[in-house]
Amino acid sequence: MNEPLTTDGRPRTTESRPGVAGACLRVEGVAFRYLHFELAPTSFEAGAGELVAIIGPNGSGKSTLLELVSGHLKPLSGRICLDGHDLGSLPQRRRAQCVGLARQDAPLLFPFAVREFVRQGRHPHVGRLFESPDDEHWVQWALKKTNLVALAGRPITEISGGEFQRAVLARTLAQRPRLVLLDEPTANLDIGYQIDMLRSLRELAAEEDFVAVIVTHELSLAAEFADYLLLLDGGRCVRQGIPNRVLDSELLSRVFRTPVLVDQNPSSGRPRVTWVMP
Amino acid sequence: MTLRATRRNVLSTVLLLSGALGIVGLAALTVGGVHLSPSEVWLGLRDAGMPRVEAAIIVRDIRLPRIMLAMLVGAALATSGTALQALLRNPLADPYVLGISSGAALGAIVALWMGGRVAAASPAMAFAGALLTTAWVYLLGRRGGRLASYTLLLAGVITASFLSAVILFVLSRLSTRDVRGTAFWLMGDLSVVTGVQLRLLLPSIALALAGLYWLSKDLNVLLLGEEEAAHLGVNVERLQTVVYVLASMLTGLAVSVSGAIGYLGLLVPHLGRMVVGSDHRMLLPTAALGGAIVLVLSDTLARTVVAPAELPVGAVTAVAGAPVFIYLLRRARG
Repeated sequence: MNEPLTTDGRPRTTESRPGVAGACLRVEGVAFRYLHFELAPTSFEAGAGELVAIIGPNGSGKSTLLELVSGHLKPLSGRICLDGHDLGSLPQRRRAQCVGLARQDAPLLFPFAVREFVRQGRHPHVGRLFESPDDEHWVQWALKKTNLVALAGRPITEISGGEFQRAVLARTLAQRPRLVLLDEPTANLDIGYQIDMLRSLRELAAEEDFVAVIVTHELSLAAEFADYLLLLDGGRCVRQGIPNRVLDSELLSRVFRTPVLVDQNPSSGRPRVTWVMP
Repeated sequence: MTLRATRRNVLSTVLLLSGALGIVGLAALTVGGVHLSPSEVWLGLRDAGMPRVEAAIIVRDIRLPRIMLAMLVGAALATSGTALQALLRNPLADPYVLGISSGAALGAIVALWMGGRVAAASPAMAFAGALLTTAWVYLLGRRGGRLASYTLLLAGVITASFLSAVILFVLSRLSTRDVRGTAFWLMGDLSVVTGVQLRLLLPSIALALAGLYWLSKDLNVLLLGEEEAAHLGVNVERLQTVVYVLASMLTGLAVSVSGAIGYLGLLVPHLGRMVVGSDHRMLLPTAALGGAIVLVLSDTLARTVVAPAELPVGAVTAVAGAPVFIYLLRRARG
């Protein structure tokens, strides 16, 4: 059912293993229904250090799937296991210690300093009121990893879009989760920032041994940086696997209702998606 | 500017502001129709060898209760405003602007109208009025599961004006003897206070302040958004319910004894944010003590500026607060 993945982060094309050895995240048949929207049972697995991208048209259920994977939204059926723990049965605070989910569009009206914003990521680890030196250590670490040290004192309301996305990533990193979930981490970023964001996420996942799952509309970037793709359409996962398997021009043309061409990016050898003008 | 929220910084801020509050309080004791020297005030407080008997009476029976009331009410309103701003994620939220004070005032007046002679009846009814109004404005200001900033403010302003109309109606049913006093009280008045009221107010306000402080770190996370807070391990619904009840309680208690004193809940947290930043572990105590200081100063102004007559203290805070509100509103749009 699933494409096998190696643990060094690079996808393999052979079907030599029935699951991911040392799989960290196991999503088992999660389904959801809300008013007129339905997400059909979906399963996938990912190992530590891997980057999974959920792609698909607007309204196909990408963000819902991400919320379900976080364990915060209760699925109608199925379950999510992280390191062998059923996320649905973990208490909220305990879950927040191992799962971080961040959206990019949360409006901020209060002028937190960037460092304070990132420090909020420590919330599930801190006692009732005050941080420990250990918490401060991880805040500083997250700022460093995202190149935000120089901006740490600036108000979060006065930094650029690209810097804000990095601050959101830093907050999630400071949470030290085993599972990092990001909803459209590249939205509103220029191509340089987009590549920068996904490259750091990929490197950090490998370095820190966490699983990263993102929702994105950038198909070619997903192909470039993700180990594994899930293509959703109308609440169903219509295909999943390594980018080569999922990014099929015929399938994408149907799902996105516009003709596309998939070829190889000459610089990386990864699939590249191009819109074809009819 | 931001001051990092550590035990030490919180403690030094509290000590510093408490000292300032003490000085402001002592200074306010000397000012009034009869000017007293600091040493007379000191002797009056200690009740030891007063050179002038009336000085002791003025200090302990007239000015001291009034100043203590101003401190309690100021702390309550400023903290309530800070908490409401976090709850509604809107830096312009204020119990007065959102009509919550009017709801509390209506509750207190209804208690008076129904002839409540029980000391706790009017605070209890004011609390109920504040609770209902907050819930009402919150529901009106919510659009598609999200709080719409301007819808919320508009809902509050309209609610306040509607409640004022109802208050006028109830006032017209009161005997003329009560009307003048009640009208003055409505505009914010700290001149009438009994020892019983103070003894009732002090522990309840202290309890609500402590409760909100206990939740101060959760309030920080709530500013990021409800979803974000939930993903950071905060039980959002429970937090919102508790904050909502405590903020309404503070407004209700303050209004029941002092009427609708406006803009304190807006002005003081805003000043506080400029000095210590947005972290509630710093901001809440700063707002509480700052609110106490500002209201003691405002009330001193109210009772001296047109002496021997008096202004309602609500007029003083509104003159200072309304321009700040407009400034913040324009800046938020820009």
